[in-house]
Amino acid sequence: MIKRLFIFLVLFLFAAMFYDLADNYQESTELSSLATRYVDKGPDELGAANLVTSVVVTYRGLDTLGEVTVLFLSAAVVGLLLGLMEKQAGNQSQKQDKTESSELVQTTVQYLLPIIFLLGAYIFLNGHLTPGGGFQGGAVIASGIVLLFLALPYARLRHALLSVLESLSGFAYVLVGIFGLVLAGGFLDNRFLPLGTYGELLSAGAIPLIYIFIGLKVGTELSVVLEHFKSDQQD
Amino acid sequence: MDLPVSTITLSAGLALLLIGMWGMLTQKNIIRMIIGFSLIDTGVHMIMVSIGYLSGGTAPIINAAVDRATALQTVVDPVPSALVLTAIVIGLGITAVMLAFAVQIHDKKKSLSIEDCTESKW
Repeated sequence: MIKRLFIFLVLFLFAAMFYDLADNYQESTELSSLATRYVDKGPDELGAANLVTSVVVTYRGLDTLGEVTVLFLSAAVVGLLLGLMEKQAGNQSQKQDKTESSELVQTTVQYLLPIIFLLGAYIFLNGHLTPGGGFQGGAVIASGIVLLFLALPYARLRHALLSVLESLSGFAYVLVGIFGLVLAGGFLDNRFLPLGTYGELLSAGAIPLIYIFIGLKVGTELSVVLEHFKSDQQD
Repeated sequence: MDLPVSTITLSAGLALLLIGMWGMLTQKNIIRMIIGFSLIDTGVHMIMVSIGYLSGGTAPIINAAVDRATALQTVVDPVPSALVLTAIVIGLGITAVMLAFAVQIHDKKKSLSIEDCTESKW
């Protein structure tokens, strides 16, 4: 009973802590000074139509590099934890009866998978113009991999290829950042490439380049994480 | 009564946060605790986005609908949106690690109940 009391106390204190925020909340009618700076100068400075992208990729680009690092770290931890178990399970997991999905599902996946990958690539290529970007596009690609695993439970990804692609795109992302440091204003500055015509696909300097690398990295990383969770269930 | 949309998302975010906290504290099943964490995560995102909302504002993307000259008056704050974008990805990474630990615990103990993990209990 005393435990339940504590739980209620914790919940009550949390509610009290946030009650003030909710009670005094007023919808703001004008942007903060930082946001004003970003909205006012952002389109001219960086040439990105999507202002969230200009904040994520350039103004706060270092945070995004940290975010990519955190995602890489979590993929590595998942690989470590579940990879050990696969080794322990060894070869004994080969003998169960194979339950594959119906031919209808398998054929549909064969046609849908390229289109899903294309949509993912479209989303991260247009990250500076429309809602979307590297992380969203990568997630769409990984969702295609989920569909593949649903249709063909015993499909295997080519880990060597994926890890090479992932490492290369992570390396290229940092390299683009260093180019910005040397050729333009600072680390991850996108203006070492021409800004181009505002609102076109090839514009906003290095932002599309960075988002391509992020998209590839996130897509491959999430796919490998998903495969770890899947192949684990075979024993 | 006329409720602005940001008040609704703010209150819903707070409610999700409390539900998630309750779930993490009371549930014995590890998967349910992870679901509680995800609820807290989503609640915090909703609170952050509603704080960045501007009355009658639209998405901070300049296109045919949002003119560059009047953007300062029509778009919402892009900074919380960017922050939430980062937070979503990190929440995903943490959830994946927690699920991997849950798989490991289930493999070792053949159970998902937190009561069976007695090693570090005091």
